[in-house]
Amino acid sequence: MSKVPADLKYTKTHEWLRTLPDGSIEVGITDHAQHALGDLVFVEVPEAGRAVKAGEPCAVVESVKAASDVYSPITGEVIAGNPKLASEPETVNSDSYGSGWLMRVKPTASGPVPQLLSPAEYEKLQQEEGD
Amino acid sequence: MAFIPHTAADVEAMLATIGVSSIDELFEEIPASLRVKSLAGVPDELNEMQIGRLMSERARTDGRPLCFIGAGAYEHHIPSAVWAITTRGEFYSAYTPYQAEASQGTLQLIYEYQTMIASLTGMQVSNASVYDGASAVAEASLMAVRANRKSKSQRILVPTTVHPHYRKVAVATATNQGLRFEEVPYSAGEGVIATPSLAKYEGEDITAIVIQQPNFFGRLEDVDALTDWAHARGILVVAVVNPTSLALLKPPGSWGTQGADIAVGDGQPLGVPLSSGGPYFGFMTTRLEYVRQIPGRIVGRTVDLNGRPGFTLTLQAREQHIRRAKATSNICTNQGLLMTAATIYMSLMGPQGLERVAAAAHAKTRELLNSLTRLKGVRAAFPGPVFHEAVVLLDRPVAPVLKALASRGILGGLDLGEYYPELGHALLVCATETKTAADIESYAAALGEVMQSVRAA
Repeated sequence: MSKVPADLKYTKTHEWLRTLPDGSIEVGITDHAQHALGDLVFVEVPEAGRAVKAGEPCAVVESVKAASDVYSPITGEVIAGNPKLASEPETVNSDSYGSGWLMRVKPTASGPVPQLLSPAEYEKLQQEEGD
Repeated sequence: MAFIPHTAADVEAMLATIGVSSIDELFEEIPASLRVKSLAGVPDELNEMQIGRLMSERARTDGRPLCFIGAGAYEHHIPSAVWAITTRGEFYSAYTPYQAEASQGTLQLIYEYQTMIASLTGMQVSNASVYDGASAVAEASLMAVRANRKSKSQRILVPTTVHPHYRKVAVATATNQGLRFEEVPYSAGEGVIATPSLAKYEGEDITAIVIQQPNFFGRLEDVDALTDWAHARGILVVAVVNPTSLALLKPPGSWGTQGADIAVGDGQPLGVPLSSGGPYFGFMTTRLEYVRQIPGRIVGRTVDLNGRPGFTLTLQAREQHIRRAKATSNICTNQGLLMTAATIYMSLMGPQGLERVAAAAHAKTRELLNSLTRLKGVRAAFPGPVFHEAVVLLDRPVAPVLKALASRGILGGLDLGEYYPELGHALLVCATETKTAADIESYAAALGEVMQSVRAA
C-alpha cells in the first residue's frame, strides 16, 4: 500500500495538494503514481507566471516506461516550478510528497471549486484501481 | 499469392464479431464529402514486364543533360562504393525494426550518422533524420515553439531568402497548429536579409527566426550578427544549412556568441542522387538543452548486462507510442536508406574529402559566373560572396532561353520568375565539382548563341 499522508488533498488523476502558509497551493504526484510510473528520467514543470485552469495538463513526468501528463488541480497562476527536477527528476521517486513537489500555484479567487478527494477517498480510489 | 491474407469468410466473421455489416461502415465517421468515390484517372495495373519496359522508355526520354540547376538539390560525384554498400541486404530496409535493439548493425549505423552530422553542424545532438530539408524546417519551427518556453506568440520570422519550397511546406505543416510565419524581405541590392526591416520586431514576442546559409540565392548571410540579434531578444535561431558547405563555412553551432539553437537541412548532397527530386532525407540537430523537444529518434551507445558495448534507442520522447495522443511528430526513421548512403558517403570522403568537394564546387561556380557574365546581356544580380550557386540577370525573358538550352542538352538553371518576379529576368545557376572547364565553356558558348537567337524583350 502506498503512502497517503493525512494532511493533504488528492485528485482522481493522482496529484496531491498542500496549502502553504501564504495561501498558495503546492502540487505533486502521489507515491502511488510515482510507483506506477517507475524510475523517472525527465520532469518538465511549468514556467512561473503561467495561468493554468483546473484539469489542464501543465507538467510532464517521463519514466523509463511511459510519459504522462500532470494536470493542474486548480485554476490560478503558477508562482514556481520546482527547479531541482530538471537535473534530479528521481527526487519525485524518492520524496514525492516533499522535495519532489512539481509546482506552486496561487489560486484564483473566482475560480471554480475543484473536485478534490480526502485521504480516505484517495485510498479507496487506489484500492479500486488495484494497488 | 494475394497480398491480403484474409478470405471473404474471414472478413465476414470479423465484421460479424464487432457487429458491423460492411467494411465501408467502418469508415462512416469520415464525412461523405471527404471520401474519394472512384479512382478514375488511375490506369489499370501492368505486369512486371510491361512496367519494366514503360519505365526504361520513360528513362530514355530524360537523356543525360548537362545540369547547372541547384536550388536545393545538387549533383555531386557519388563514389560507386556508396550505393554498392547501401544496397547490401543487411542495410536494404528503410525502417528501424520494431525490436530495434535486435538490429545492432542498423543502430550502430544511425549512431555513426548522428555523430558525423553533429560534428559537421557543430551541434550537440542529431536525430536519426527526417523526410527532407523542407519537412525539417517545418519540424524545426514546431520544435522551436516547444523549446522557447518564454515566448507565447508562436510567431516565426522566415526571411524570403529561405528556399521558397521550404517556406511553403512549413506554412502548410504548421499553420493549422497555430504557428504564424512572417516574411522578412531581402535587400534588393545584395540578396541577403534586409536587416533594417528587423527593427519593427523590436520589443515584440517572436519565437524563432529561420536563417538559411548559404541562402536560396547562394549568398552568405551575416549569420553571427543575426544570431546575436535574435538571442538578445529571446528569439531562437533555426539554421538551414547545406551539408557540403559546412566543410568550408562556419558551422551553425558556432554562429554568434551562443550558436544556433536548431540546425537542419537537406542531406541529399551527401551521396543521394538527384533522381528527379527524391527521395532525399533531412537532417536535424539541436543543443543538448532541447534534446527532449527534437522529433524522431536518437540512438545511443551503452553496455549490456555483461559490460559489452552495444547500441540502443536512447530517446524517442515525442513519438506516438511514448506520448500517445500528445505525440508531437510522426517522424521516425523513414528515410533510413538515404541516411545509410549519406553515412557511407561521409565515411568515404572524410573531412578532407568533403572540404575538397566544397572548395571545388565553389571554384567551379566562380568560373561559371565569370564565363556567363562576360556574355553580352548577362550580369550578376548581387555583388558579394556566394558558395556554389548564384543569381544572374538576363536582358530578356528566361523561359525561352532555358528551353533553347534544353534542346541542346543543357539544363541552364532555375527560372526565378515564379518565386521572385520582382527580380526581373533572373536565373539561379549552380556548378559543382562534377562540372569540368569544358562543360562550363560549352554552357557559356551555348548561352551566347541562344542569346543571339532568342529575341530581347
